[in-house]
Amino acid sequence: MGSGLFEQFRRWYEERHEYARAWKARTGGMVAATMCTYTPEEVLIAAGMLPVRVLGAHEPQNVAEPHLFGMFCPFCRDTLAQGLLGRYDYCDGVTLTQSCIQYRQSFHSWREHVPSAWNYYLPMPNEVQSRHARLLHYSEVKKFRRFIEGVIAKPISDAALNGAIAVINENRRLLRQLYDYRKETNPRVTGVEALYASITAQFVDKEEHNRELQRVLDELPGLVNDRAAGVRCITIGAENDDIAFMAMVESLGATIVIDDQCSGTRYFWNEARVQEDPIATIADRYCERPACPTKDYPLHTRFDHVLKLCRDYGASAGFFLQQKFCDPHEGDYPDLKKHLDANGIPTLLLEFDITNALGPFRTRIEAFLETLGEEELF
Amino acid sequence: MAAAARYPTEPLKLWRKAKALREQYYRNYARARENGGIRWGAAGWSFDAIPTAFGDDVYPLTGEPYGAAVAHERKFAKECLEKAESIGFARDLCAYMRIYWGSVHLNKYLFGGPFPKPDFNFQTQICCSHAKWYQHASAFEGVPDFYVDVSVGAYRDIDQAKLDYVVAQLHDSIAFVEGVTGRRCDDERLIRAVQNEMRATSLWAEICTLNKAVPAPLDEKSMYSLYVLAVLHKSSQWCADFYQEVLDEVKDRVARGIAAVGNERCRIMSDTQPPWAFLKIFRHLEEYGAVSIGSLYTFGLEGTWEVLPNGVWGPRRTPVQLGIAITSRDQALRLYADWNLSKPLWQHFFDPSIKTELMKTIVRDWAVDGVMIHMNRGCEGLSLGIMENRLGLAAAGIPVMTYEGNMGDEREFDQGRAQSRIDSFMETLNLKRDFVAA
Repeated sequence: MGSGLFEQFRRWYEERHEYARAWKARTGGMVAATMCTYTPEEVLIAAGMLPVRVLGAHEPQNVAEPHLFGMFCPFCRDTLAQGLLGRYDYCDGVTLTQSCIQYRQSFHSWREHVPSAWNYYLPMPNEVQSRHARLLHYSEVKKFRRFIEGVIAKPISDAALNGAIAVINENRRLLRQLYDYRKETNPRVTGVEALYASITAQFVDKEEHNRELQRVLDELPGLVNDRAAGVRCITIGAENDDIAFMAMVESLGATIVIDDQCSGTRYFWNEARVQEDPIATIADRYCERPACPTKDYPLHTRFDHVLKLCRDYGASAGFFLQQKFCDPHEGDYPDLKKHLDANGIPTLLLEFDITNALGPFRTRIEAFLETLGEEELF
Repeated sequence: MAAAARYPTEPLKLWRKAKALREQYYRNYARARENGGIRWGAAGWSFDAIPTAFGDDVYPLTGEPYGAAVAHERKFAKECLEKAESIGFARDLCAYMRIYWGSVHLNKYLFGGPFPKPDFNFQTQICCSHAKWYQHASAFEGVPDFYVDVSVGAYRDIDQAKLDYVVAQLHDSIAFVEGVTGRRCDDERLIRAVQNEMRATSLWAEICTLNKAVPAPLDEKSMYSLYVLAVLHKSSQWCADFYQEVLDEVKDRVARGIAAVGNERCRIMSDTQPPWAFLKIFRHLEEYGAVSIGSLYTFGLEGTWEVLPNGVWGPRRTPVQLGIAITSRDQALRLYADWNLSKPLWQHFFDPSIKTELMKTIVRDWAVDGVMIHMNRGCEGLSLGIMENRLGLAAAGIPVMTYEGNMGDEREFDQGRAQSRIDSFMETLNLKRDFVAA
């Protein structure tokens, strides 16, 4: 972050609640709390809403426990806690598109205990590889559109949907362009900077976010970079917005050059293929995106996708950022690790909780990086 | 000194037969290939009737009952769990799944010999662990797999598109089984299997309704040995026929006032799978005169229910009972999908409040005095929303306690602590142990 180029993204990240409140005051629009990156944001944006993905605060809390059994993932508990603590009190409604069972609990407890004018559960098919999934998802996105039309008490036109598709596609395209800089020998965009840019896309007005991305992209070619990449790494896992962790890794002679996480590439990787029917455009896009492990069966499409990311971005090592109790990722872990090992990508498993002890992580990461350097210790 | 029994009691006459059927099932699976038969693996919620349509020599091995059976054999269970962990699987994953994987990797079958590899795996997916379970197993075993995604939402919200999605997958699944077995689907056999499954799961619900009687003719510990047959092979003729026999016997017990627990003074309902290696906690309850009459888990894991025209929650009426003739494959699959989507234990995956309401119904209709929730670290699927269930029951004024444990991993169960919590709960219900009460 030495260049200051990503300062706006950092501010948005750190002041996300203030940003959403100001957006609401400025536009008079509704804010929708979203709980998974499978949410068809296009519908919300076409309705004039601001989709805001609920994130945790990475601080100890004691309000979620009466609602969520402690054996469920820390991200679910942390996000629910934010709702219970009233930190998203500016949101008019809440929606979850079906992915893992863990996340559903946060949604159900939220709609039960956090005041919201509306809520919507979108049961997206899980077996997106099935040839029948798109047809069902089409029907579900259509229903979601009708529901949101009811919320705003007016129809959402196809033109508005196409406009939203175009804005979000541009956002995806710009983020991909930004990520291309991470392929450089000495990347001009660090993992921390990329995270600020990608995570803020999940709660900042897309047009505003696009303008800022474009500004950064315009300035990046002139940026002089004297930072050596060191060990080039990929991060793999569910949600991760632990900036302090990312910064710590990148202070140890490593650069995170790519990720397979829903806070990063899984959110924006593929553009929607524009079709005549905007609902089909939207529904198909979410069936075609890089899969969360919950939706990745019978084939493990993730495995080769992750390997390709490593190849394309020159990652020679990886960190599994495993949210404790996250079953879908835990279920994939040993076989994905084996796949990466077999292709020359060593990995380190780190178990994440709501708060993470950076000291012990640092020791393990230093040791891991040392083993990769094959330096003689004695 | 035990207090005098308040009610007559006697063992179930069909007990031995239930055990024999279970043993036969595991033997049949292991020996299937001796006579050219076929083996398939899946979870207990798979659409059992599909493979059953391919012959009487097609034998399933359902993963959860297998995991539970292993869990009861504590030494082997530990060996399996440690094997799965040594491969890199997290200790907090589904205990049944880890046991199954461990058994497969160790190449050891609980009932002796090497693990009998299935010819194919045929799974449903409603819980995140379901697909992961058989993806890994299939890859390791080198066998083909097929999944039916049933995560389409709660039954109350089912519409044509959702039903079509499940039915279309069932059609595909028939083509899959044809492809991997080289056999043709026999539609007459398919219809019979679908009808058998409906009969079996409706009969089981009917058996459970008999436990409304005071004294309860069945205690939950015994029910575990009966309901499991539907989890093993619910579309089989033998399962449906056996449940008819059980129904007749339980009706007879009710008519004669035969109690499962002779000193019944209090009726408890549990929740989720118990810690299988510690079923003695149910005996501990009996010392207080408390009988566990069942649970939404025992009633609805395989039992199929509906709100009947008289407003009572009861066994779902089968198409045969409603005078609907099944004459084609598509009709059979449509009715079959609808039947399964109404399963009580699939509803909380989409909204815990549905489960809370069903639990309150059981409390009311089965005259339950208190609820004992097992916060089961071994099963994410059935522990889903469990804290909201607890809050909902408490808000309704129903006494409720929780204890933490694991259905299949004894390292996560503290028997002494669980019993202490039960003791406190019994005290709040004004119950004393028999040696004190006497």
